[in-house]
Amino acid sequence: MIDVSGLRKVYRDRGREVVALGGVDLRVREGEIFGVLGQSGAGKSTLLRCVNLLERPTEGTVSVAGQELTALREGELRRARQRIGMIHQHFALLSSRTVAGNVAFPLEVMGVGRAERARRVAELLELVGLADKAGAHPAQLSGGQKQRVGIARALAGNPSVLLSDEATSALDPATTQSILSLLRNLNRELGLTILLITHEMHVVKGICDSVAVMRDGLVEESGAIPELIARPGSRLAAELFPLPRPEAGNVTITFTGQADEPVVSEIVRKFDVDVNILGGVLEEVAGVSAGRLRVRLTGGEREAALDYLTERGLLVEVTP
Amino acid sequence: MTWDEMSPLLLEATGQTAQMVVWSTLFTVLFGLPLGIALVVTDRGGLLPSPVLNRVLGLVVNLGRSLPFIVLMIAVIPLTRLIVGTTIGTFAAVVPLTLGAAPFFARLVETALREVGRDTVQAAQAMGAGRGTIIGKVLLPEAMPGLVAGLTVTVVALISYSAMAGAIGGGGLGDLAIRYGYQRFETTLMVVTVVVLVVIVQLVQTLGDVVARRLARR
Repeated sequence: MIDVSGLRKVYRDRGREVVALGGVDLRVREGEIFGVLGQSGAGKSTLLRCVNLLERPTEGTVSVAGQELTALREGELRRARQRIGMIHQHFALLSSRTVAGNVAFPLEVMGVGRAERARRVAELLELVGLADKAGAHPAQLSGGQKQRVGIARALAGNPSVLLSDEATSALDPATTQSILSLLRNLNRELGLTILLITHEMHVVKGICDSVAVMRDGLVEESGAIPELIARPGSRLAAELFPLPRPEAGNVTITFTGQADEPVVSEIVRKFDVDVNILGGVLEEVAGVSAGRLRVRLTGGEREAALDYLTERGLLVEVTP
Repeated sequence: MTWDEMSPLLLEATGQTAQMVVWSTLFTVLFGLPLGIALVVTDRGGLLPSPVLNRVLGLVVNLGRSLPFIVLMIAVIPLTRLIVGTTIGTFAAVVPLTLGAAPFFARLVETALREVGRDTVQAAQAMGAGRGTIIGKVLLPEAMPGLVAGLTVTVVALISYSAMAGAIGGGGLGDLAIRYGYQRFETTLMVVTVVVLVVIVQLVQTLGDVVARRLARR
């Protein structure tokens, strides 16, 4: 649905070149929620702005819904943008307009007639649960309500893609949860593809199907979350399952979906090893329960026990 | 002077001041608003960046603002003759008043428009809005409280400038105060004129404040 390839963005600042994106490839499949995770300054915001060309990439191409945006002229680009929704960290609502007026704005831009506009606005406000706030001004709303207006506005043009720029970063935890579940519902019910950027792991944990981890303008790893976690040396797994720094000889076992199988007691019985549990984390991510266990394995048939775990589909990493 | 002697003088002078201020306010907005918009739009990172045009406009605005009004009024006399056909009288004063106030108002417009968040403008761009739509439906409505406040300050400045219009026969309250109060030692008239001016300025400022506050409360 979204194809980004070879994307570079270089800023020139007083003669110096600052590389914000150093060649990024990204593929977001139709109907998925794709998260870009990274610290501030990692380039994720620039990446998102390059997807709808709010920033012109220095090099590379961007395609959304089969249309190569980087090849469009200005007028065509404006029309293409009407089919790409975007929500913002600080909501970016028009304070001079009512809630209904804000949702109507993109419809005015598209040239939708007055009667049709009113009908569509009512429908959209109903969808985000703000039908009773149509006449209120943004200043009278809570943060969560403002973001709901932002979402209704972003959906006005029946977009196939929604871009989310840290949409929950300015909200408290409870409100964040309600906005995330709204996004999840829209994704399921409307088949909306969502590309979101965030610096918060719990957003990724809560709603993402796939993720790209960014650092210093580059994607370090990306893919479906269960696959990523099962990949040796995954940074996502390291951040998702925070465990103390391992000592030499420690064994780290990563489960994805096999968390309910009693593998530890099995290896103890079968291979006569001693298992000393040093730490463990269990998380629900992308609909599967995944976890990581750090143990010290001693005695018995240690190597055979490790092989057995690998055979069972677990990721086994031994710290050298 | 008795009240009966003063009142026709005051009435006429107030009318002239009103005439000068109303007309020059109108033209100030007509020229200053687009100029202020242009200053923002052509700036680096604006909707239509054009560093050269931006610098030229900035220079023109600064030039207009650096001349003392009394000097400007004399300096533009040829231009006034070209536009109005005469260089003396109330209407002749409108030309220098507009020239003096438009750059001032343009800067205030610029400041007000810059207050509109970059986020808000980018959100509109992300929705596919063109430049005209962004200026007309985002920048100006969002900046309206600031624009009204700026206009209020400009009108008050114009009232003050118009007091100097006597120098080119424009009449008005300032002229009255100088001719009678200063040159003829009519202290009573001087005091009354000052009171009238204070009342007018108060009215304008209060009206502007009320409107700006009502717009900002939304």
